[in-house]
Formats: sequence, structure tokens, C-alpha cells
Amino acid sequence: MSRDRRRRLVNRAMEVLATLAALVAVAVLAIVVISVARRGAGAVSWDFFTKPQALFGQPGGGIANALVGTALLVLLATAMALPVGVLTAIYLTEFAPCRLAVPIQVVIDVLAGLPTIVIGIFVYALLVIGHTQSGYAGAFALAVIMLPLIARATQEVLLLVPSTLREASLALGVRRWRTVLGVILPSSLGGILTGTVLAVARAAGETAPLLFTSSIFANSVQTDVTKALPNIPVLIFTYSEQPDPALHQQAWAAALVLMAFVLLASLAAKALLARSRKKLAP
Amino acid sequence: MTGSFTIAPVIDVAQARKDAHPGPREVVFDIQDLTVNYGRLTAISGVDLQIYRNVITAIIGPSGCGKSTFIRCLNRMNDLVPGTRIEGQILYQGADLYASGVDPVEVRRRIGMVFQKANPFPKSIYDNVGWGPRVLGMRNDLDERVEKALRSAALWDEVKDRLKKNALSLSGGQQQRLCIARAIAVEPEVLLLDEPASALDPIATSAIEELMHELKRDYTLVIVTHNMQQAARVADLTAFFSLEVDEDRRSGVLVEYDSTNKIFTNPSDKRTEDYVTGRFG
Repeated sequence: MSRDRRRRLVNRAMEVLATLAALVAVAVLAIVVISVARRGAGAVSWDFFTKPQALFGQPGGGIANALVGTALLVLLATAMALPVGVLTAIYLTEFAPCRLAVPIQVVIDVLAGLPTIVIGIFVYALLVIGHTQSGYAGAFALAVIMLPLIARATQEVLLLVPSTLREASLALGVRRWRTVLGVILPSSLGGILTGTVLAVARAAGETAPLLFTSSIFANSVQTDVTKALPNIPVLIFTYSEQPDPALHQQAWAAALVLMAFVLLASLAAKALLARSRKKLAP
Repeated sequence: MTGSFTIAPVIDVAQARKDAHPGPREVVFDIQDLTVNYGRLTAISGVDLQIYRNVITAIIGPSGCGKSTFIRCLNRMNDLVPGTRIEGQILYQGADLYASGVDPVEVRRRIGMVFQKANPFPKSIYDNVGWGPRVLGMRNDLDERVEKALRSAALWDEVKDRLKKNALSLSGGQQQRLCIARAIAVEPEVLLLDEPASALDPIATSAIEELMHELKRDYTLVIVTHNMQQAARVADLTAFFSLEVDEDRRSGVLVEYDSTNKIFTNPSDKRTEDYVTGRFG
């Protein structure tokens, strides 16, 4: 076999392998979506969204309380993580001298890789022991997860803002902080939003930290953040441990709802990013 | 870059201009023995130069001779480059620009700058011009101020019906004039232009050059250009920088500084003559 022919064959083989690998990745997602939808779709109805969990042993009921609780938890977590994350990113890209920026960057990357169970037990020790489980403890744990995601995403869009824009503003005699507020942040708002949406999608599905901080909750809609808030991930976990097949189906349905939310959020994030890119370079 | 066929027009234009401004001139910048280092590299060394009020001063020279470095010292834009070290003195209206109590932000506020590549903010045309004054507390009569700046930049008639449109929708030449409008909207005393027309076509370039003649009445202008014809067309005074190589050390030096006419028709230094006649550079 000539050398040239062999190279062509190797090339072809690698191409096929890579394509297969990509197909496997897509197939995994497809299988998950299809199996969850098949098992859970039957339980999805109007009542499923509007009714709270049924009392123990009673049929029917929905996930309204968990939906409200998850929304509250994520909202609260975003309120905590967004300002800190964005300010951290601004500090790192606009103000920090190199010898400080590098170690802080490492810390943020480590934080992003921290197992969520570790964050859960840390917040448990910090806010739950000696008190009770509460919505704000859960939100705080989720915020710790979101913080590095938002900081990282924000940093990336801030770096996309051309340095010529910073120069233009500084050459007008505008202070650095006003430059950040008036020129840099407006140009990167879309990207920051994208990062936040993705972080929200991630936090909405996190279970481990909530098991420690917000898992013993009432069957009714709960908006008091000083008490444990019902939430979707823990509901899925507890329902799946019940002997009742109807609850199993509800767990699948709740998983379907969660997954649909994450998919929609990712799509929205993609659209937002495309729009903000266009704004900088139409 | 420049072939010998360009000699004739350069000299013609320069002769046509003659000395436009006789009489005593007020010194705005008095630069004494200026040396700038980036880390261990020397960008320019030992520059002595005076820049006069309401005069256009052109800085010409081959690439890498420190023209941009020099002009960026005049409004302390080089402060933003880590590792920059400045020796010597730059007196602005008698005060040392680099004295310890001087706020570089205030310096830039009074000495405006236009860059090589047009860099409008991704905002509306109106906001590009109005944002600076608004942030700097010049809020009253903002509409008039914006209009005045756009008129001064000879852009008003082209954009008056679409002030709310994004500035990035303008053409390259319009964007650069918008940047000039933005710079003069905050009423600086000096305008520094760092190769403002190098990315523009000839028509847009001549619009900018015409504009500079207009602006001369109210501002002191310093323009860096590697286009000799441009220097000959617009400048009253021209400084020629060159690259000096001395035992592995390369640095930009000021070779000759005189009226534009003299530089282009009868330079005193051989190096200047070689450059303006297109023998190198």
C-alpha cells in the first residue's frame, strides 16, 4: 500500500471516528430527553403546574409550590451572585494589577470546580446548624455556585470590548470608573445577561446544596425565605424514593419541566449573546 | 513607502503654503530632554521641542521612530501602558505635566486626542458627542453643544436627521470626524491627532485636512502622520523624527524641527533630506 493511500485512509478513519463521537454526544441528550418525556409527559397537565403537592397518601396534586420555591431561591441567589460576580470581573479586567489578577483568577476557577455537595455542607455548617433550614441558606448556597460562573462569563465579554473604546473614553478626561459604567458595561450587557441566564439554568437544577439547606418543606406554596422553600430538585429526589408509582411519574414530569427550562434558558442565552455581539460590530 | 515620483508635489504644496503665521508665538508645550522607556526598550530619547498656540505641528518620520509614543506623552495616555518610564520634562503652559500632584485625568480632559482608527462608542451619534460633556458636568445646553461640536467637525449636515442612529452605521471618514467632534465637545485646549487619516480614502482624508485648517483658529493641533504630503498640506511646523541605532540600542530621536516649508524644500539635516526626498522610510 502506498504511503499516500495509507494517509488518506487514516484521515478518513479519524474523520469517521470524530463524527461518531459527536453523534454519541447528541444521542445521549436525545435518549435522556426522550426517556424523561416518555415517563413524565403523562403527568403534565394544567393542574400539575397550578396545584401544590398533594397531602401524604392523597392522589393528584402538582408542583406549584416547588415551582414558586425554586423561582424564589434562584431569584434570591441571582440577587446575591450577580453584583458580586460582575464587580469581581470588572475588578479583574479593568483595575487589578497583573500580580493580583492571576491568583484571584485561580481562586475563581477553583470555586467553579468545587463539588456542590461541599458547598452544601459548608453552608449547612454556616447558616443551618443552630438555626433551621431556610430559603436564604439555600439561595446562598446556590449563589456560591453561580458566582464564579457569572464572574467568568462577564470577564470574557469585558475582554471582548475593544481597548480602543477604553482609550477613547479616557482620552476625553473621563475617570476609569465612569468609563466602565458608561462605555464598557453598556457594550457588554448582553454577554453578562447571557452568563447570568446560564448560571440561573445551572443553579435551578442543583440538588446537593438544597438537600442540606432547604429540603424539609411544607406541601403548600411557601414564600417566607426564613423557612425552607419547596423546590423542584429536592421534590424529584424525594418523590423518586417513594413507593407510589404515581409519585414516580410526577418526579419524571418535574424532571421534564426542569429540563425544558434549562433548554429554553440555553437557547435564550445564545440569542442574547448573538445580539450583543452584533451591537459591538454590526 | 514613498517613491521618488512624489517629490515634486510635496515641494509644490509646501511652497504654496509658505509661512502662514509670522510674528511671536505663545508656547503651549515646552518639551525638554524627553526620554521614554518601555521596560528596557527606549522608544525616544533626548527630545527638545516647543509647540505653539493655534499652530498645526506635524510629527513625521519612519515607522517605529517613536512618533506615537511622543504624542501620547503630551496627554499622559502612556500612563496606561504598564512599564512606561518618562525622563525629562514636559511643561504645559509652564506647568510640569508629570509633576507629582498632577491628575492625569485632568490633563486628558484639557488635551484631547483622536486616534489612528476611528473608535466611536457603540452608542447613538448624539450620545457619542454628548456623553463626554454630560459625564464631565457640562450638562446645560447639551443639544447646542452637540450641534456645535458636530458643526465644527463638518459633520452636522450629514447626520442632523439621524442623530439617534448608531454611530457604527457611519462610514469610516464620518466616524473619524465624529471622533473629532467627540473630542472637541468637551472643549479641550489642545487636540492631538495620531495618524487620524491613515485608514481613510483620499476624499475622507481631504475632508479631515480641511477640518484641521478650520480647527486651527480655536485649538492648538499636533498631528502624527507618516504621510509626508499630508504634513506638507496641513502643517505650519514640522518635526522630523528618525530612528537612531547605536550599539544595539535603537531609539527615536528628533532630527529637525522647523517650518514645514523649510523641512520640505531646504532641510538642514542630511537625514531629513533623505527622508523627504523619498530615499528611505
